[in-house]
Amino acid sequence: MAILKPGRRNLALAAVCLMLCASAGATPYVPADDRIVLERLPEKGDPALAHLKRMRAELAANPRDLDIAVPVVRRALEAARTLGDPRFLGEAQAALAPWWKAADAPPIAVLLRATLKQSEHDFAGSLADLDPLLEANPAMAQARLTRATVLTVLGRYADARRDCASLAGRVAPVVVIGCEAGPASLSGEARAAYDALAGILAQQDADPGVREWAQTLAAEIAARRGDFTAAEAHFRAARALDPRDAYLKGAYADFLLDRDRPRDVLPLLRDDTRNDTLLLRLALAERRLPDQRGIFTEHRSDLAARFDAARRRGDSVHRREEAQFRLVIEGDAHAALALARENWAVQREPADLRILIEAARAAGDAAALKIATDWIAAHHLEDAAVLAGLQVVR
Amino acid sequence: MIRIIVLLACAILAAPAFAHKASDAYLTIERDGASLRGQWDIALRDLDNALGLDANADGDITWGEVRMRETDIAAYAMRRLQVSSHGERCTLAPLAYLVDTHTDGAYAVLKFSGACLHAGPTLAIDYRLFEGLDPQHRGLLNYVEHGQSRSVVFSADTPQRIVGGDSGGAWRQFATYVDEGVWHIWTGFDHILFLLSLLLPAVFVRMPDGWRSSMSFRASFVDVAKVVTAFTLAHSITLTLAALSIVVLPSRLVESGIALSVVLAALNNLFPVVANGRWLAAFGFGLLHGFGFAGALHDLGLPAGSLALSLAGFNLGVEAGQLAIVVLFLPLAFALRSTWAYRRMVFAGGSAAIAMVASVWLVERAFNVGVFSALAAR
Repeated sequence: MAILKPGRRNLALAAVCLMLCASAGATPYVPADDRIVLERLPEKGDPALAHLKRMRAELAANPRDLDIAVPVVRRALEAARTLGDPRFLGEAQAALAPWWKAADAPPIAVLLRATLKQSEHDFAGSLADLDPLLEANPAMAQARLTRATVLTVLGRYADARRDCASLAGRVAPVVVIGCEAGPASLSGEARAAYDALAGILAQQDADPGVREWAQTLAAEIAARRGDFTAAEAHFRAARALDPRDAYLKGAYADFLLDRDRPRDVLPLLRDDTRNDTLLLRLALAERRLPDQRGIFTEHRSDLAARFDAARRRGDSVHRREEAQFRLVIEGDAHAALALARENWAVQREPADLRILIEAARAAGDAAALKIATDWIAAHHLEDAAVLAGLQVVR
Repeated sequence: MIRIIVLLACAILAAPAFAHKASDAYLTIERDGASLRGQWDIALRDLDNALGLDANADGDITWGEVRMRETDIAAYAMRRLQVSSHGERCTLAPLAYLVDTHTDGAYAVLKFSGACLHAGPTLAIDYRLFEGLDPQHRGLLNYVEHGQSRSVVFSADTPQRIVGGDSGGAWRQFATYVDEGVWHIWTGFDHILFLLSLLLPAVFVRMPDGWRSSMSFRASFVDVAKVVTAFTLAHSITLTLAALSIVVLPSRLVESGIALSVVLAALNNLFPVVANGRWLAAFGFGLLHGFGFAGALHDLGLPAGSLALSLAGFNLGVEAGQLAIVVLFLPLAFALRSTWAYRRMVFAGGSAAIAMVASVWLVERAFNVGVFSALAAR
């Protein structure tokens, strides 16, 4: 065998190992070296997650200690939200196990249970916990805010606003106004809702987490109203407060895609390929950029594999995203419409309406389209992108 | 050193974009008769959660850290997977430890073999990996038999599933259940003793002064046919009703009732109450025996997709097994019917012995105590 120079030898080694690694996923193998890193744990370089792991170990020793369980659940829910990592939802549920099915669980446990169900899009389950909880504890502000959010997602705007109104005087004004702004902006009062929110945000006295939430909300309302300059400003303000928030990144990416700025999506989401909903937006951007063809093809097959994996385990949380994937990336209008309709039966946010309209349009399904137009007429929805989608139909 | 860096870099570079995903494990079980082969892919991140794989706590799991704990991993996983055939637990033994990648990262791959005592038509699987640690964990089973595969999902709410019995084509499946039916009647002594108790007097005729030898084989044959037909008809009805969950009786009641039926049938030979209407008794108690067969069928498991076929096969197997007993019994008994040995030893002595054995069963089953096992233990 020819003796290779060190550089060449490494190249050859790299080639061999690339072949080996490429075959991973098809055939199980025995790694060549003990030092090979197989998995990077989420707590690597994240002190908050390392702390969560220690708290979980403490809880494991005292599983019925609510005082330990509550912060574990809170942090796990927070991690699931910011990272878009559903394994933390499993951890949260495990921490709540002693109170998961108990009818007489303490109020805080019921609230966390409802929040977890909301995170998994089990809105009916969430309400089934929140309704009796608020009946017994009408002053529980966090429960009321959570219920308002769930009711808004379900399109029950009047009920949501009633919950928000009863928060007045119990929480910071920005929370009351933000709570109110969501359902109000979706039921014909977008302008007033935005003005109130922008007004309170100008005062800048709430804590950064609440401000980030309110800025994101303001950005979304402004974008729906067609005030793109204001939307951009609010998105930037929110990003400055928390650049890692996955929900915010997704909302901003949607905005950029709508404004036909796919190239701006790349740096925003490049490091978020683990999150399915963010990878989808990244792929949607790459699809529109000819110089991103290679990576787009890769991300497209990654997404297909992930939706397939979710289906195998019986998950249907990301029906909206899967409908978008089927429609825009795979060009399968009928599959997309079936998913969009299933999704619409569960949740009714503007984005859910939008994918329903787009899929119905592509599939030429007048009945599905009528569901959407009836909804818009009934609720006086003001949404530039949704209405633009309907214009094309006519 | 450079070599290692290249290796490490390649491990990261070649990986696809990993997903954030809820916890799944991928289990494959391949069955060939009583022997099993399996592969279980379990996420390293989940194993770290359960067992703490990251020995140096640097946030990276290396192959060395996995290799060091491979027997712990196997022991942890195997304790949480039970595979049973014919109501008996199969033994599972690890064969090899490997790694692989799935959409959300690296997985430990555990290859194992399994051996069951009896090759039943189905496997009962009890899956409890990460129970208590992650209620959202799912076990995705790919079950392979006769070259066909089917998928089953285990979750915290459904940790037990029955697989198999519906692969390999309708004919093979039917044959399997016929076989199980025959096997069940031949090893189900209570059913055999009940049948024998009713058959023993078939070669006699009841006279006011006692049992007399029957004059014609034809008359005995008709008598046997009536008893067997009535018994068959009755237990077919209740077997079907119970297998389809239309009528469900507590098994303690059923099993005690069966024991009682054996006692009464045997005593009736010694102290006749019912002579020529034995087919009626066969029918009445046959209803109870059908519930007993259904219990055995339940342990085997019925494939949901082709329930009727398996049920019919099992029933037919029971009839065939029972018919074989009759075919052996009748000519022999008829030939010996006038001998002292048959009249005194087989008929009278046999009936008394059956009545005694069945009385013990009755006590055991009704009061849930082990008389025979207590005697054997002394």
